[in-house]
Amino acid sequence: MDPLIIARLQFASTTIFHYFFVPVSIGLAFVIAIMQTLYVFKGQEIYKRMTKFWAVLFLINFAVGIVTGIFQEFQFGMNWSAYSRFVGDVFGPSLAIEGLLAFFMESTFIGIWVFGWNRLPKKIHLASIWLVSLGTIFSAFWILSANSFMQNPVGYEIADGRAQMNNFLAILTNPHLWAQFPHVLLTSLTTGAFLIAGISAWKIARKHDLEMFKKSFRISIVVGFLTAFAVLFTGHWQAQHLVQEQPMKMAAAEALWETSGDPAPFTVFAKINEKAKENDFEIQIPYLLSFLSYNQFNGSLEGINQLQDQYEAKYGPGNYIPPVKTLFWVFRIMTGAGGVMLLLGLYGMYASRKNTVTLEKHHKFMKLMPFAIALPFIANTAGWLLTELGRQPWVVFGLMKTEDAVSPSVSASEMLFSLISFTTIYAILGALTIYLFVRHIKPEQRKDPESPVSEEDPFNNKGGAEIVS
Amino acid sequence: MSLSEFWFILITVLFIGFFVLEGFDFGVGVVSRLLGKNDQEIRVYMNTIGPFWDANEVWLIVAGGAMFAAFPHWYATMFSGFYIPLVFMLLALIMRGVSFEFRGKVDSDRWRRIWDWSLFIGSLLPPVLWGVVLANFMTGMPIDANKEMTGNFLQFLHPFALLGGVMFLFLTLTHGLQFITIRTHGELQERARSMARKLTPITSVLFLAFIIIGYFISDVFSYHGQTFMVIPILAWVALLFANLHNNQKLDVKAFMLTSITIILLTGSIFLGMFPRVMISSLSEAYSLTVYNASSGGYTLKVMTIFSLFLLPFVLGYQAWSYFIFRKRIKQDDELEY
Repeated sequence: MDPLIIARLQFASTTIFHYFFVPVSIGLAFVIAIMQTLYVFKGQEIYKRMTKFWAVLFLINFAVGIVTGIFQEFQFGMNWSAYSRFVGDVFGPSLAIEGLLAFFMESTFIGIWVFGWNRLPKKIHLASIWLVSLGTIFSAFWILSANSFMQNPVGYEIADGRAQMNNFLAILTNPHLWAQFPHVLLTSLTTGAFLIAGISAWKIARKHDLEMFKKSFRISIVVGFLTAFAVLFTGHWQAQHLVQEQPMKMAAAEALWETSGDPAPFTVFAKINEKAKENDFEIQIPYLLSFLSYNQFNGSLEGINQLQDQYEAKYGPGNYIPPVKTLFWVFRIMTGAGGVMLLLGLYGMYASRKNTVTLEKHHKFMKLMPFAIALPFIANTAGWLLTELGRQPWVVFGLMKTEDAVSPSVSASEMLFSLISFTTIYAILGALTIYLFVRHIKPEQRKDPESPVSEEDPFNNKGGAEIVS
Repeated sequence: MSLSEFWFILITVLFIGFFVLEGFDFGVGVVSRLLGKNDQEIRVYMNTIGPFWDANEVWLIVAGGAMFAAFPHWYATMFSGFYIPLVFMLLALIMRGVSFEFRGKVDSDRWRRIWDWSLFIGSLLPPVLWGVVLANFMTGMPIDANKEMTGNFLQFLHPFALLGGVMFLFLTLTHGLQFITIRTHGELQERARSMARKLTPITSVLFLAFIIIGYFISDVFSYHGQTFMVIPILAWVALLFANLHNNQKLDVKAFMLTSITIILLTGSIFLGMFPRVMISSLSEAYSLTVYNASSGGYTLKVMTIFSLFLLPFVLGYQAWSYFIFRKRIKQDDELEY
């Protein structure tokens, strides 16, 4: 087997898995920080209870997110050493600064927060969870600055056969970064909010601890709706940006083989024929693609075949077309899931309009919401597939192809061993995470939410209700 | 001093920080299972590192990130070259990391036993593997003209490397036991102290063997002159004094001394490699050095500004976290089960 295929498979599987946990950590840290802020400033015990209930899920999730993140950093060197040599100069600093600025902060203050409930003044303890939240956001920023270099390389020159940084400010102001970061940050907040809203709705439908879960629902649905609404705009903004910067990615996401007419119609459905490089059948909405791309009802977009010719002229012969069918559908899955979340958020706001008293009346909605937890995860994964597959065949757009990035000294059997070990352990971790989540949420675990348990030890054996003091 | 030399020092410091901090973590992870006689005692031992282990592990992540940024070739050669040992180390770190969080979540003896084992193995493997890696740093590896490491996994496991692995494991065990003596009380503390009393002599013998054989088998202790052998010998002396202080129940001093042992040992290996960062066993000319493995001057300048600005904060709040949790963990009145 070709090491390249294994390395790609490993990168895809470990990254997708890691990215189930990252947005949840970012989102939950933020919402939990809001809950604890309400507790500190309103002084009502219910907010403390709420903070600690969601904290259990947050901490389980955070632990898995961290341990799977270590491999993310190491695998660039392990599987992609040629890539690391070529771009270490520009790509490495973002990772180093991420560690220095974000990871140290997150990991230190999470320890302080978990073990500090009864040792620190309330406001300082509150500050520690906000610093954790800030750390997760910084982390996202620096990772995306590194990713943005792969999508749209800036601030470098090629010297001695390597990309060398010559303008750090350009890396920080990379237009791709500023189109991507708000989008990723907001979708992460939506993810955390929908997780809380979905679980709260499940509890409300079963009339468990109504006071707490209705309040949780209201807080999370407000965050969920507002962020999902903002995601709509950042996504639109990012798409417009892609039309300029990575036209091939956009053309593939639209299955637009030939340069469109003016105005350009949006293709809702297409039966794509990648071999013949055309669509056998399509349903279109006139004007819409022009509007999505340029905010006006005219303007045409370049097609895949024309772009391929341009790239061959520029970069030499080769296939510069990413997997069109996959991109077309993941784009629709992502935006579709986003649209459904927006509607659910809107209805959730309506359902809880008079504080929380109106919530219980919406039985069907409350039974629907737990299923909606899947939506942000589907959308996030689809979004990353669009971003990363859309960049192919490049690992760094225009500079280095994926096939040239793989480690020359690592054998296929070594990589296969690694792939099998990591996917196995990740599968186990995934199953355990879900098991522990369900266990914590299940009602018999929380018959008496006021039961006194450990003040000191957040890891005791009270089935997950532990850090309730 | 050029910036690439400065970054070599900084990465050395990050590795020293990682070995000192996560060193006692690993030790505690291994001995908690051996010393704790019941669930509650194991939990007390684990909680001595509860608030810290995560941040300690970040020292490794930052060291890796800094290598990537400042010495891309070092990062690429080392991480792809030590492929299989790294796979095992990462798997161990994953098992270990989740065991802290998972262990207490289900009230079942079987469940806890699984995570006790996972913590045990996850804490035992990394120091062994790091010992192997350090020993290979000293003897050099088959690095070719393209800066790629050739050969297979078994070449890392020569006798000196295995000695390095066992020695480093024992060093972290001693270090971890000393940490427990300053974080616990009474019976639990006494148990750690008595285990340290038995283990440290073995550690000292292994340590002495490692540096003496290291002196003959590798050039790192003599590359800058024979007198540099003084540093690893001082490390060994510190270890002997640690044992002495442990016997006299001067716990904090004993812990400081085991820390000094790790600092001096790691420091002497990195210093002895300098200006090389990866020694090639094929030809001196193929060795990676701080000069031929480093990033461009601009990157190093940017990174220097960032790190000089951020490090004081990082060190400050990490020190503060140790200050907050400076109180010893008692067995009965603070842990409720």
